[in-house]
Amino acid sequence: MLTDKDRIFTNIYGLKDKSLKGAQSRGCWDGTKGILEKGNDWIINEMKTSGLRGRGGAGFSTGIKWSFMPKEVGERPHYLVINADEGEPGTCKDREIMRNDPHTLIEGALIASFAMQAHACYLYIRGEFVREAEALQAAIDECYEAKLIGPNNVHGWDFDFYVHRGAGAYVCGEETALIESLEGKKGQPRLKPPFPAGSGLYGCPTTVNNVESIAVAPEILRRGGDWFASIGRENNTGTKLYGISGHVERPCVVEDAMGISLRDLLEKHCGGVIGGWDNLMAVIPGGSSVPVMNKEQCDNAIMDFDGLREHGSGLGTAAVIVMKKDTDIIKAISRLSDFYTHESCGQCTPCREGTGWLSRMMKRMVVGNATVEEIDLLEEVTRQIEGHTICALGDAAAWPVQGLIKHFRPEMEARIAAYHAAKNAAA
Amino acid sequence: MPKLTINGNEIEVENGLTVLQACELAGIEIPRFCYHERLSIAGNCRMCLVEMERAPKLIASCAMPVGEGMVIHTDNEKVRKARENVMELLLINHPLDCPICDQGGECDLQDQAMAYGGDKGRYTEEKRAVKDKDFGPIIRPFMTRCIHCTRCVRFTEEVAGTSDLCGTFRGDHTEIGTYVQSAVQTELAGNLVDLCPVGALTSKPYSYTARPWELKKTESIDVFDAVGTNIRLDSRSNEVLRVLPRLNEEVNEEWLADKGRYAIDGLKTQRLDRPYVRVDGKLKPATWEDAFKAIANKLNGLDGSKFAALAGDMVDVESMFALKLLAESLGSANIDCRQDGAQYDPSVRASYLFNTTIEGIDEADACLIIGSNTRWEAPIINARLRKRYTHGGFKAAMVGENFDLTFGCEHLGETADVLASIAGGAHPFAEVLKSAEKPMLILGQGALTRKDGAAILQVAKQIADKYGLISGEWNGFNVLHTAAARVGGLELGFVPGDCAMDTAAITEGKADVVYLLGADEIDTSKLANSFVIYQGHNGDAGAQCADVILPGAAYTEKDGIYVNTEGRMQYGSKAVFAPGEAKEDWTILRALSEVIGKTLPFDSLEQLRAQLAEVSPTFANPDDIQKASWDDFGVKGDLDATAITSPISNYYMTDPVSRVSKTMAECTEALINPQQRTGTNG
Amino acid sequence: MSNMNIQQPDSFEFTPENLELAKKHIAKYPEGKQQSACMPLLDLAQRQYGWLPVAAMDVVADMLGMAPVRVYEVATFYTMFNKEPVGKHHVQVCTNISCWLRGSDEIVKAVQEAAEIHTGETSTDGLITLWEVECLGACSNAPMMQINDDYYEDLTAEDATRIINDLRSGKEPTPGPQNGRTGAAPLGELTSLTGDA
Repeated sequence: MLTDKDRIFTNIYGLKDKSLKGAQSRGCWDGTKGILEKGNDWIINEMKTSGLRGRGGAGFSTGIKWSFMPKEVGERPHYLVINADEGEPGTCKDREIMRNDPHTLIEGALIASFAMQAHACYLYIRGEFVREAEALQAAIDECYEAKLIGPNNVHGWDFDFYVHRGAGAYVCGEETALIESLEGKKGQPRLKPPFPAGSGLYGCPTTVNNVESIAVAPEILRRGGDWFASIGRENNTGTKLYGISGHVERPCVVEDAMGISLRDLLEKHCGGVIGGWDNLMAVIPGGSSVPVMNKEQCDNAIMDFDGLREHGSGLGTAAVIVMKKDTDIIKAISRLSDFYTHESCGQCTPCREGTGWLSRMMKRMVVGNATVEEIDLLEEVTRQIEGHTICALGDAAAWPVQGLIKHFRPEMEARIAAYHAAKNAAA
Repeated sequence: MPKLTINGNEIEVENGLTVLQACELAGIEIPRFCYHERLSIAGNCRMCLVEMERAPKLIASCAMPVGEGMVIHTDNEKVRKARENVMELLLINHPLDCPICDQGGECDLQDQAMAYGGDKGRYTEEKRAVKDKDFGPIIRPFMTRCIHCTRCVRFTEEVAGTSDLCGTFRGDHTEIGTYVQSAVQTELAGNLVDLCPVGALTSKPYSYTARPWELKKTESIDVFDAVGTNIRLDSRSNEVLRVLPRLNEEVNEEWLADKGRYAIDGLKTQRLDRPYVRVDGKLKPATWEDAFKAIANKLNGLDGSKFAALAGDMVDVESMFALKLLAESLGSANIDCRQDGAQYDPSVRASYLFNTTIEGIDEADACLIIGSNTRWEAPIINARLRKRYTHGGFKAAMVGENFDLTFGCEHLGETADVLASIAGGAHPFAEVLKSAEKPMLILGQGALTRKDGAAILQVAKQIADKYGLISGEWNGFNVLHTAAARVGGLELGFVPGDCAMDTAAITEGKADVVYLLGADEIDTSKLANSFVIYQGHNGDAGAQCADVILPGAAYTEKDGIYVNTEGRMQYGSKAVFAPGEAKEDWTILRALSEVIGKTLPFDSLEQLRAQLAEVSPTFANPDDIQKASWDDFGVKGDLDATAITSPISNYYMTDPVSRVSKTMAECTEALINPQQRTGTNG
Repeated sequence: MSNMNIQQPDSFEFTPENLELAKKHIAKYPEGKQQSACMPLLDLAQRQYGWLPVAAMDVVADMLGMAPVRVYEVATFYTMFNKEPVGKHHVQVCTNISCWLRGSDEIVKAVQEAAEIHTGETSTDGLITLWEVECLGACSNAPMMQINDDYYEDLTAEDATRIINDLRSGKEPTPGPQNGRTGAAPLGELTSLTGDA
């Protein structure tokens, strides 16, 4: 288990001084100039060495992503865009960084921008996070005031940090939808290619990173990529903010090592599953978009990218949604289907039409008003959406339903049988 | 030139193409709904998915640029399944109202469901329905049928430039529409009906009129402006029910302006369907014989110099030719095809042609528009200018009344002295023209029909000469006509001979007999003492003042040649018969000539056309343009200080047909009157 | 879906103060990219007017050089833009999975009863509008609701009733967790960040 000395977010609960002075006393903004002086190649290499994989859900190497930006700045400026559109059900970690530990993020943004030769960073925060945006803006103002950022700052790299508030659209968490939204349009994902590193914000080279990915960068660079890589397992390194919700005794957000077992995570930090481990029915381990795992899988699940993939699920945003035995799992997944229907941008056919079909069928599954054959149709509809859409929202809508059918088909069939039995009895 | 393999066959294609385009070159059809050659790529329908080896997912072929070594499969199980899947999803919320849908029989959704869809529907949930909307007099929307391909949104944004339509809300609540209730503002609205791959945007005037398989299709040419848009006349029994554009990259691409498409209902109203002769001050129905006799009596012994003829804006070349020969046979050179008195030099072709050609606009990098509302005078050419503008590197400016042309066009001023300033070199736009590679100017009828028209023509020529508008193969000097008949008339020499009467003189009442061939855009107030013969198809100004009316055929009712503003000769074709006793116009003149003993030297249209071909190579080379040589023209003179305006004050009503069109009246009410009420124009 | 049946004002004008703020928003984005300020300006207009009428969308379009339809698209795409009036306190209860697992149904019910409305309605006193919304990103503090700009977390039905009653009687309930915890720390003893490191 991770000890406090290896924790990057030292004020994630906001129990300590959130101000610049407080943050500095905990090590933020320490030796930043020295890091920049080592040059962008060193920074990017060190990020690669750390093995940090993007914390927004996809898990792509942050160092490699940074290296995709053009080596030279041409006519078009480079941009760093930070994705703070935290909206994946179950996920609530970036919120804590922004409101309680914002200086990790601002410092990271400066360093990342320097590494990618960007002079401006736009942070896209979900619109509902009004107070979080205010807290972050207050911290940014402090940094401008202290000349840590801004024009002619003490670090010698002109850098502006802008907060841009969203207005209620989950799909803007998709990086190209986010860019569209940032440009003042509907948040509809773009076709790729071109990729943002070639043509992103305003058609300029752009890297979009998750809040957590950026916020851990300064500490990685201060302590060295090897330090970060020494935590967790190969290819699944470092520390991670986990957000645990649902049926645990004490839900929380906590930073721990990658590769912690699911059971340890829930029992050490959350007081365990309500009613005890054996009262566990299922866990969605990485936010609503990853398939649900049954109890058997949970028994030996390792909380990292590869560990969860072994169980046919994924780490996603490390948002652990816990469901105890008496949960109506069909209704839980049905609620997620409604969510994806509500959040589909409506641009491409399979997602626009398919998500609605799924949620309408799922509603019938919840009460059992269906036939057993329709479970197969439901599965087929998920396959019709999956892999056929412009962005990953279609896949994300398909997977929870697929997970449900895979692990809980007997429950679905029982519900159908019960419905028809009751109907026949009434007739 | 990347090489790729499509279904096992190697093909080398141009760089920058998409996989879909490469497949087409390889002769493989890729189904699609959202993709359209002339619109930006949306990639949203997902119907064009194909497999690209080594890609984790199927790719949208419409959006994927070709790459060296790509291996594409368009017809394997995976792709077929994906198409079937997408098709099913498109149909789940699509209503099953095909039996009463106007798109039926020419619906991409129907066709592709047939070719790529499954054999049964599995969707049993509730279907989406969308509240009816009002998009104005042209479009009748049935948005429940919409498949959200966004072609229409992209069309109004990109081609029309009016940004009328949008997709509001999201997910399966997405609605295509105007959001606020308002009519679509573009003069190209009818194209939305063509673009819509389903029956969501249908033609309001054509609603529930016919099924496409009942229609006879006749290829023809539009005559409501001087663009020469290639059209198809769809008729049933003896009625033209709709007009559609035909593809011609050099002229109209695949667009048609709304007047050309929808004014045809004016062909059913106030038609001259029998001859009339004025008796005791009143027009009385007459036989052809009586009508001819009345004319013969009047012409008998008349001095040729007292006979005059004016040709209207929609007439065919053949009837003008016949009328010209008739006038000559009477000893008259008092003929004019310029009802508006526009002052180009009929002896120098370059002075009245759109020399750059419409397609040439694509190459231009600067444009000066003088006295023209191109948007109303030639919506198709305006769209071409806009297209050039949106590609970037195109500086446009206008002199004259300020119009919203839908593209970036700097307004330099309203009066002609701006032109003098440009010609003199003092005006900054002179520098723009000078530094441009291929500069052009467009001279509108608004400038040429003023009393200083000849002087403006001269200044325009000076600008052209001075700033490299004429260089090598490039000719950037253009006159934009508004009348379909005009250039044909000029090429024919339907202009007064030396010392003969022109339009102004004729309408002053100086001729004893005036023959109006479809000429209605003149001041008839002083013709009371002239004996007026009106030959035409709609009862308008000309017919009202006539002493004899000879009922002619509209453009849909006869074969005829039209020469567009570029000097391009094209054939219009007869789709239906003229109503009642009306006859094709050249035959009327031929018959009359016999009655008055001046028999014209042809017995058939072929013979007439053979003689016409001798007059000018223009008439011998269909679909072609005879390049004009750059000679001297224009007359130095004082420039008037008043603002240069456009001759068109209402796009929807410009001629005897559109003035009586119900649809055009509705457009006027919905689109023109509100603007005039609020005082904003264009 | 379009809300054109709502009585729309004829015109809208930013207050001088908001006009200044609008300029500040526009200045965040590069020259020629002022369209980026579309959402911030719509938000500003909504805060000023209480909801977002078409006239305000048109003003924003004009200020940013956008076609009005492009602004309509933005205004209707994002759920936070209210195309119709809402109550003084816009109560949005998250009913997504994490909140539902911890009893959001009871929270919704409590609010409905306290405000005497159904979901989607505004109370007769015009004070409370209740919406059920998607995940608001406070899942470890479920169940929760947002009222205007503030989150009220770790709710019980009693908390929800009390908060609505307070609002209806003009009191100002305290936002944040209602069960005494701080932020997203586990309730009770900390399991991390216990030392001084």
